[in-house]
Amino acid sequence: MLVLECPCCGITAEETEFHAGGEAHLKRFGPESSNEDFENYMFMRQNPKGVHLERWRHNNGCGKWFHAARCTMTLEVFGTYSAQTYEPPKEICDIISAKRPGWLRGAFS
Amino acid sequence: MFNLISALDKATDNSGIAKIEEIGLQGMITLRGDLSKAAVKNATTSATGVKIPAQGQANHNGASGICWMSTDELLVLCPYDQVADTLVKMHTGLGKAHALAVDVSDARACLRVSGPYAREVMAKLAPVDLSPDAFKLGMFRRTRMAQVAAAFWMVDDTTFQIVCFRSNAQYVLDLLKVAAQNGSEVGFFK
Repeated sequence: MLVLECPCCGITAEETEFHAGGEAHLKRFGPESSNEDFENYMFMRQNPKGVHLERWRHNNGCGKWFHAARCTMTLEVFGTYSAQTYEPPKEICDIISAKRPGWLRGAFS
Repeated sequence: MFNLISALDKATDNSGIAKIEEIGLQGMITLRGDLSKAAVKNATTSATGVKIPAQGQANHNGASGICWMSTDELLVLCPYDQVADTLVKMHTGLGKAHALAVDVSDARACLRVSGPYAREVMAKLAPVDLSPDAFKLGMFRRTRMAQVAAAFWMVDDTTFQIVCFRSNAQYVLDLLKVAAQNGSEVGFFK
């Protein structure tokens, strides 16, 4: 079971108090975009074995969205961070790099 | 005229290891806004006579109080018959500040669980560390109780007050009754 700390209200709780919101840091392609870009944005998702960046919502708590970096294989949580960002902050990247050298995930490596 | 009644009309259950009661009509006002703004703080404190609580805390004084719901939301408690007056005071105090204060008294229900086993009864239902060292007087926690959202705090050392949606009130009462069945004490916090 995952134990996450909500960066908004500071509560540390287990996953049943939260709701998973899928892959984080997607770039939206809307009207006027090419069919290929739109398809990629709409349907194509990472399914890594290892480090993953996800969106979560504290739905039974403060109700806010945030980001979490975790390992899909060991369920280790590297950290949680604000939803108001386009990429993981340096502290989180450093923690992941220390524990999973050479982790690669799209543009954030 | 009509009679105002709360969700469960003060239903009580004293047959188990903790006393469970619906406390009846309780005034509740949701305030949304930037909690760091002086106008928002002052409007709330002057209307209730209670200080703004720190993050994750609740301050209360009898039927009045302020609970910290999230970074931009407070739950203001007041006697049920004073909700309209309190709202007017808050709106006056808020002035042109970008904030929202709404009466939610009839959208919610308040229950109390009391007795030496109150902690245990609550701990069976919520995924929260309720040991006396972790959950203390003054703390306020929004979480879930079995399948529904709820929030609670401690009124004194052996009493929890729960706020849930009115439509879930019967469900929460039934849950608490099962969790407080006779002979179901675990003795974990003793």
